[in-house]
Amino acid sequence: MRDTPVIAIRNLYKDYPTPAGAFPALKGVSLTVYPGEFVAVMGPSGSGKSTFMNILGCLDRPTSGDYELNGQNTAHLDKNATAKLRGQTLGFVFQGFNLLPRMNLEDNVSLPLVYSDVPKSKRRKRARQLLEKVGLVRYAASLPSRISGGQQQRVAIARALINRPSLILADEPTGNLDSHTSQEIMALFTNLNREGITIILVTHESEIAIHARRLVRFRDGVIVQDAPTRQASAKVKP
Amino acid sequence: MTLFPGMFHEAWIAMGANRLRTTLTMLGMIIGVASVVLMVSVVQGAQSTVQESINSLGNNTLVILSGSAMMTGGVRTDTGSAPTLTMADAEAIGELSGIAAYAPIHMGMAQLVYGSLNWNGRIFGATPGYLDVRFWPLVAGENFTESDLRSATRVALIGQTTAENLFAGEDPVGKTLRIGQAPFQILGVLDRKGQSFDGNDQDDVLIVPLTTAQRQIFGTPFQGSVRAILVRIERAELMPQIQTAIVDLLRQRHRLREGQENDFSLRDLAAIAQFATETTRTLSMLLGAIASVSLIVGGIGIMNIMLVSVTERTREIGIRLAIGARKIDVLTQFLMEAILISIAGCVIGLTLGIGGSILLHLSVEIPIVISGSSVIVAFFVAAATGIFFGFYPARKAARLDPIEALRYQ
Repeated sequence: MRDTPVIAIRNLYKDYPTPAGAFPALKGVSLTVYPGEFVAVMGPSGSGKSTFMNILGCLDRPTSGDYELNGQNTAHLDKNATAKLRGQTLGFVFQGFNLLPRMNLEDNVSLPLVYSDVPKSKRRKRARQLLEKVGLVRYAASLPSRISGGQQQRVAIARALINRPSLILADEPTGNLDSHTSQEIMALFTNLNREGITIILVTHESEIAIHARRLVRFRDGVIVQDAPTRQASAKVKP
Repeated sequence: MTLFPGMFHEAWIAMGANRLRTTLTMLGMIIGVASVVLMVSVVQGAQSTVQESINSLGNNTLVILSGSAMMTGGVRTDTGSAPTLTMADAEAIGELSGIAAYAPIHMGMAQLVYGSLNWNGRIFGATPGYLDVRFWPLVAGENFTESDLRSATRVALIGQTTAENLFAGEDPVGKTLRIGQAPFQILGVLDRKGQSFDGNDQDDVLIVPLTTAQRQIFGTPFQGSVRAILVRIERAELMPQIQTAIVDLLRQRHRLREGQENDFSLRDLAAIAQFATETTRTLSMLLGAIASVSLIVGGIGIMNIMLVSVTERTREIGIRLAIGARKIDVLTQFLMEAILISIAGCVIGLTLGIGGSILLHLSVEIPIVISGSSVIVAFFVAAATGIFFGFYPARKAARLDPIEALRYQ
């Protein structure tokens, strides 16, 4: 009835070795996300949501269970292949913005293209387009330290978008921002989602989560709630 | 590989981000390379000087000196001071097979006078064949002849130094100088020969017919005696057997009994030359080793700083890995930085080394040779040092766990 899911996760387990034996961070998580969804992930510290996001981002591997990204099973991929997935299929937005301080904004935005062997002229053009999209093209030649936190996060979002990813993974993207700037960032995410970009966003603030259309809640390594938000029922697309 | 110029650019930015540190890191490399270049150029300069004097002596040359006079008290005077060798000995040696040329010589010092100038110079009494033995061409005029030798005429060939001191720019050919009261006509001017092994100026010389020297300048009591006989042999391999033949011949001619000491001595210039070459080679190896140590120290400096840099930039590495960098990309990036630092250090070091050599040459007049090969070798050694010592930190960076690296504060 619908397209191939962007994410299809079945029965995911993740154990961390500790001196006291294996600590289970994820205990059987299953989740399917279709293209165009906007999912908020919530849960207290230690609930397994960070572990879950790391696995989604191919930065970590599950102990057991299946993870299919765009219908492709990630279990057998080697490190170069997962690096390619991270660079071209996924876009990351972090709490701490994580721009490279010594590079100007244009170079920061185009950095993922460097790793996918895109020629310089094309990189520049694409980076300019995205800076334009987030409204910061006039700072293209500035260093990240010259602009505000909210602006840095917009640059980070532009960087996440540069390879036209199937999925944006945002880990507490508003955690370091004041509430006004947070609203701006969430408005940007909402707009992106309307353009059809799939977003999974981790937050512990319900006023942030409310911008998403689906809410997944973690507790003790399992999903305890998976439901549409009010946003979803309020804004049904024509 | 569009990645490469990008990497280069990034490495450049990273180096520029901490200029003082980059400079200090390079300093190790700079000192290492500069010292290698400086030492190599000085040693090669010394080597070429030695080689030149070897060539000027002639490689297959053998000198037979007349023996030292044994005084009754056991006091011996210098070799050549007792007249044991004669013109006839020289001619007999000339008869041996394997001898290319020979020249008996009789030498001493005398005051030379020309016009208002005078010069205390060395006088060589020799046969016309002497120039042939020494491979010593004339730049002007001509050699004296056998008939000059027979009749002991007062003619002379003049060395460059002597000519400069006596004639001060005038052409000496055809001029007449005086030794004591006796006038000597200059027949020819010798080519410049340079310094000998022992530092003597070989151009400070006046060559006259042997007989003239014996009879008219030094006045020896033993007619026909010579101080030394210079022999050039046909091939270097013949040296040992010809030496034996000469010793046998002279012992027989001088009627020396079994057990009696030789009244002459042989000097093999090839042996001296070889010794000199070996000495400079050992010296160059020693200096090279010292210089290499400073290169290694420079390399360790690079490794140290790269390790610090990797730790400092852990978060950056995490970000890069998260947005699609492969391990090899991170490895290349840090390796590139190490190589760039060492090559930049190398270029500066080369400049300083070459500049220093030239300065040394100009100020102390040390002979130097800057060979292209040593410069190229220094360059590649530096690049290799960068790769070698940059590899471990770069690998450390590439092996970072992206999750840990992103969490790093």
